[in-house]
Amino acid sequence: MKLIKYAITGILFGIVMTKSEAISWFRIQEMFRFQSFHMYGIIITAIVIGVITTQLIKRFKIRDIGGNPIIFNPKDMSIWRYLAGGTIFGLGWAMTGACPGPMFVNFGYGYSMMILIIIGALLGTLLYGILRTKLPH
Amino acid sequence: MDFLINPWPWYTSGAVIGLVMILLLFFGKSFGFSANLRTMCSIAGAGSKVSFFNFDWKKQTWNLVFLVGAILGGWIANTFMNDGNPVQIAASTINDLAALGIAAPESMQPTEIFSWEFASSIKGILFLIFGGLLVGFGARYAGGCTSGHAISGVSDLQIPSMIAVVGFFIGGLIMTHLLLPLIF
Repeated sequence: MKLIKYAITGILFGIVMTKSEAISWFRIQEMFRFQSFHMYGIIITAIVIGVITTQLIKRFKIRDIGGNPIIFNPKDMSIWRYLAGGTIFGLGWAMTGACPGPMFVNFGYGYSMMILIIIGALLGTLLYGILRTKLPH
Repeated sequence: MDFLINPWPWYTSGAVIGLVMILLLFFGKSFGFSANLRTMCSIAGAGSKVSFFNFDWKKQTWNLVFLVGAILGGWIANTFMNDGNPVQIAASTINDLAALGIAAPESMQPTEIFSWEFASSIKGILFLIFGGLLVGFGARYAGGCTSGHAISGVSDLQIPSMIAVVGFFIGGLIMTHLLLPLIF
């Protein structure tokens, strides 16, 4: 039953991604063509709320529901892996109009052919795992 | 109830996405959807051959439950909260996409790409699988996707996440403006 809260949060995520139309290939194209504020407005609003909350949590050392400190793990500093990985990700995002969350939300929406994109994403993850030690990070 | 059925404006949408991130923080977790792809590879047994997948994936069970919720959420939103109108995108985008042979929206997604007619052609299978492969590979190489970097990481003002978001846009712009016209 401890897990049910994650299911409910996931449902909320699936609903907001659908109702915001952020799962739509059309909206992602519109974003990468700079022809509407919609996607930027969504991302900026989420970030503004996120920045304020993160700062409040750190400033007041707010704890989670289990009473443990909320920890933010800083990512290792590098330029190459984030720039190269991010660029490869962006190529796929603009192609399929789907980042990892929306792939699954779209599948639930009824776009069963999303399974091909999901299979591709799993293969891509597998390929990264295999090549990881040979890639510059 | 119209506000639930109609598409949500950007400020409501952004606020609810922010809320999802905050809820997960208060549950002691961090929002990062693409980690599930790694977990799925581990469950499928990739850990015996590739060390990257040899980790205690059971600690990610919560995230898999979140993923199942996301699938359900998509179904609920379409079944009970759909006003039936197509996505209202900018006229300029409709014009640009027409040049690629993609018709104006009639629903959530273009049928030229998201139909089994396309998905069962050689071109369609390669397009969808390769597109997904780029997303999956890029997300792990960059150490996160839109949720982990653009939302969680940037909210924590992390430089690596900001670099990753710059990368997302470099790739997205190259695909949108240079490569998609060659593909379609």
